[in-house]
Amino acid sequence: MSSPDGTEPPGRPAEPAAVAATGDQAGPKLDLGPVGHLGDRLFSSLAHGSGALVIAIVSFVGIFLLALAIPALADDQSSFLFSRIWEPGGDQPRFGIAAMFYTTVISSIIAMIIAVPIAVGVALFVTYYAPKRLATPVAHAVDLLAAVPSIIYGLWGILFFAPILRPVINGLAAALGWLPLFEKPPGDNVGVVFTASVVLAIMILPVVTAISREIFTQTPVAHREGALALGATKWEMIRMAVLPYGRSGVVSASMLGLGRALGETVAVLIILSVPNANDPWNSSIFAGGETFASKIANNAAEFDSPEKTGAYIAAGLVLFVVTFLVNSAARLIVARSGPGGKRTRRNRSAGGAAAKEGAVA
Amino acid sequence: MTTLAANKPAYDGQALDLTGKSGARAFKNTLATVLITLAFVLAMIPLIWILWTVVSKGYHLLFDAGWWSESQRGITVRREGGGAYHAIMGTLIMGLITAVIAVPIAILGAIYLVEYGKGTRLARAVSFMIDILTGVPSIVAALFIYAVWITIFGFNRVGFAVSLSLVLLMLPVVLRSTEEMLKLVPDELREASYALGVPKWKTILKVVVPTAFGGIITGVMLGLARVMGETAPLLILVGYSKNINLNPFDGFMGALPTMINQDRTELALQPAADRVWAAALTLILLVLALNLLARFVARFSAVKSK
Repeated sequence: MSSPDGTEPPGRPAEPAAVAATGDQAGPKLDLGPVGHLGDRLFSSLAHGSGALVIAIVSFVGIFLLALAIPALADDQSSFLFSRIWEPGGDQPRFGIAAMFYTTVISSIIAMIIAVPIAVGVALFVTYYAPKRLATPVAHAVDLLAAVPSIIYGLWGILFFAPILRPVINGLAAALGWLPLFEKPPGDNVGVVFTASVVLAIMILPVVTAISREIFTQTPVAHREGALALGATKWEMIRMAVLPYGRSGVVSASMLGLGRALGETVAVLIILSVPNANDPWNSSIFAGGETFASKIANNAAEFDSPEKTGAYIAAGLVLFVVTFLVNSAARLIVARSGPGGKRTRRNRSAGGAAAKEGAVA
Repeated sequence: MTTLAANKPAYDGQALDLTGKSGARAFKNTLATVLITLAFVLAMIPLIWILWTVVSKGYHLLFDAGWWSESQRGITVRREGGGAYHAIMGTLIMGLITAVIAVPIAILGAIYLVEYGKGTRLARAVSFMIDILTGVPSIVAALFIYAVWITIFGFNRVGFAVSLSLVLLMLPVVLRSTEEMLKLVPDELREASYALGVPKWKTILKVVVPTAFGGIITGVMLGLARVMGETAPLLILVGYSKNINLNPFDGFMGALPTMINQDRTELALQPAADRVWAAALTLILLVLALNLLARFVARFSAVKSK
């Protein structure tokens, strides 16, 4: 999906008024009929209004969540940011997001670590390795992964995929179990953070692939052919021309994928087993847990009092802020450097990447 | 490459061997080809596996006429029978309402970005906010609507609230794809229209938008496909009903994702498991059909730029 860059070609009238103005100057006044500006004004304000509405919606999301979270936070008897206890409601509500924050971030980062190399490989396969005739169907097949609803990923993940992962989990735990991160708790639980991460990796694969693909195809032909003409093998050409050119695009694609993983709800909700309230907290990726999104969705039935709801809304607000920061960082990376570090192309690449992301959403 | 050139001494009179690459470089090249192809194969495994699982476990109920015309009213997890009519209708109704609200805003917003606001500070702000909206998790959109619709206004949990939260998810998808399409419309068309004295708003409505129409439809269908598969807003903003309820402003409503969610803990029971997979297959078919149709429309109605 290529697009013309942001610069306006010369000669395009900025406003129809300009046309009318030149008409006026041409000696005797031309009668062009009623110059009804009402329609223009109406339509223009509608368009401006829609633009402003978009800004308003995003601001409202932040404002309303904050407004409802503040009273609950004021009543909170424990540290909201650093406590791992979650007991909202009652006379002495005590709740903190530390445990949820940890599970959300660790599961998403592992998902990103797994997904990005594969996504870059798939993007390279589609752009430079697949036979020309196959490239488009192959790209669409990867995009179809994004079309599978997340609840189906969840069901498939826990019922069919998790058992396959069991030996992987046992192997990793045996080799690296001396680290708290890889320590396997007793029992044969497959609904663990690691399983959720692998399924999340599959879910963010299409987004990361689509944006990387878009950037890789933009590598200037001169760079590629220059490398090949100097005797580079195909891989050397990719390493020296394509990858450096697309680096910032891949980084930003990975962060957009991270943003997706952070907010994924139902798949994680189905896969992750919720630890017993009495069990001690476990930092291992081979233990269960709850992310922001899964905790909120899991307890939707508990939204009975404003205090309780406020606590969950406060958690949602943190998730909103985290995804906001991650996504903004991703956009900034694209806008700052653009592919190949050329500022002149930034509009094109940013718009193209966003459209790609939209297309596979 | 400069190091390669530097290492090579000046021509020393002996024949240079220019045939072939060194073994290590050739090996690395082959290794990269194998790994990259492997990455692709690896990415295809889950797609095929998921589709196979859902199709093989869910297909037989879909041939049952009752599946498309009956609800789950009075049917327990241990009993066979009933259909998904209530859930299919719920998904379609909520999706349709979402589209009716989101599409005009999205198209007008895209028109603003391309035709009116180019280069202005407001347009940059709008563009940034759309990027942010693209990344808003569905659960956050659902919580926001919960905060407004239920906590502040005190309304009930109904299908319409779900649609409102889905608008937040659909808007950026449609807006971005419409924007890309409008950008592709050649300026010559606009200029020709202006030269004929047609006002700007008519030029946009009669020339620019019709030229980009196919692309806009593609965006709408991709947006619909995205929101119809969402589960999180359904969990929070409307209860699941086994009965047929076609009124989005009153009462709980069935939907395919929540129909799957309803029985997913009872998969040990055959009738429940059959229904879960059949509902999953119905949902995938719906979403895939929208996706494929969108790409089909895109291929045959692409704006010919120049």
